[in-house]
Amino acid sequence: MAWMQNWTDRRIEEIVADLLRAGVTISALVVFVGACFYLARYGHAPADYRVFHGEPTDLRNLRGIVHSAKDLRSRGMIQLGLLFLIATPVARVAFSIWGFAAEHDRLYMIFTGIVLIILLYSLLGSGSAF
Amino acid sequence: MNILEFTLLVAMGSFIAGLLGSLTGLGGGVVLVPLLTIFFKVDIRYAIGASLVSVIATSSGAAAYYVKQGFSNIRIGMFLEIATTLGALGGAFLAAFISTRALAITFGVMLLYSAYLSRKSRTPEQRNLPPDKLATSLRMNGNFPSEEGIRNYNVQHVPAGFGLMFGAGALSGLLGIGSGAVKVLAMDQAMKIPFKVSTTTSNFMIGVTAAASAGVYLNRGYIDPGLSMPVMLGVLAGSMLGVHVLMKAETKVLRLVFSLVLLLLGAQMIYQGIAGKI
Repeated sequence: MAWMQNWTDRRIEEIVADLLRAGVTISALVVFVGACFYLARYGHAPADYRVFHGEPTDLRNLRGIVHSAKDLRSRGMIQLGLLFLIATPVARVAFSIWGFAAEHDRLYMIFTGIVLIILLYSLLGSGSAF
Repeated sequence: MNILEFTLLVAMGSFIAGLLGSLTGLGGGVVLVPLLTIFFKVDIRYAIGASLVSVIATSSGAAAYYVKQGFSNIRIGMFLEIATTLGALGGAFLAAFISTRALAITFGVMLLYSAYLSRKSRTPEQRNLPPDKLATSLRMNGNFPSEEGIRNYNVQHVPAGFGLMFGAGALSGLLGIGSGAVKVLAMDQAMKIPFKVSTTTSNFMIGVTAAASAGVYLNRGYIDPGLSMPVMLGVLAGSMLGVHVLMKAETKVLRLVFSLVLLLLGAQMIYQGIAGKI
């Protein structure tokens, strides 16, 4: 029984590792493609981050970012890549619930579920507070 | 400076920060924000947003590598992530109400503390501790491949570790860093988890912690694509090179240099915060 649990733990860990690597790679590629468009278009404009303006609303939430990226707007594409990146640990946590379920580990399914809810709230729900 | 030059310079600086951060094990995030605010005159809120994103990238990249080696303990990580993500949410919300000057000063203090921690010699590991009731019922005890074969360990003081992790999460959300140093402190010092397991599990948790506050930052418009792009790509490339290629490099001198850099940046952040230049 103990070795069984160990075996599934190892298996889960390996899938988690692949998931993390895939998420980072995909997001880095999307960011890079967006960067090429961005630099080609705005490369010669002056850079200024001294004063904080905050991003426009279409670069602040899921729907706006997807729209902006679909229109092939370079900043939207980069933001989409960053969104993939933020989603990577979230996907990892979601996957872990499934992993613990496979081990019939109810306690850790609950713990992982709590973490997932906190992450989803941050990503999807925290905007409405402002 | 035009955007092309700015992007290339920031990418280069981030690359070096990522490389040094992974070689010394101190993380690149902690030097990014001062680098951006002091040298590139970036508003500290944009800097924190960009740093958070890069923290997710490096942590996920490195975690993938360490998880395969069998050092990190997923259960410990998962349980403590409840504390770090809650803390991170709290820290991120708090960041909206704190002045940029106070942020800079807090950041400076954190840098000085990191410099101190990196110089402090570690207390020797206590081995063969008796199993703790709470840790056992949470099934946290585990084993890892060490030089003398598979080593078992029993986790201690779960509530203290949980509390410290909440603090680590809050700092991460407030300052946009991985706060790996505090996480390792919680696991290695309070919970008596072997150092190797502590550092790799911490790395594993950093991405999830940062994702919790990154959502809030994104919704609030603190994450700028033009700035985050060179920071994320640069740090990622630097830390990958550090983890995979130069794992066995001599790091003693490097750690000394890096902690001096932390010290200087910390002093500079506090000075600029007090002088109101940030």
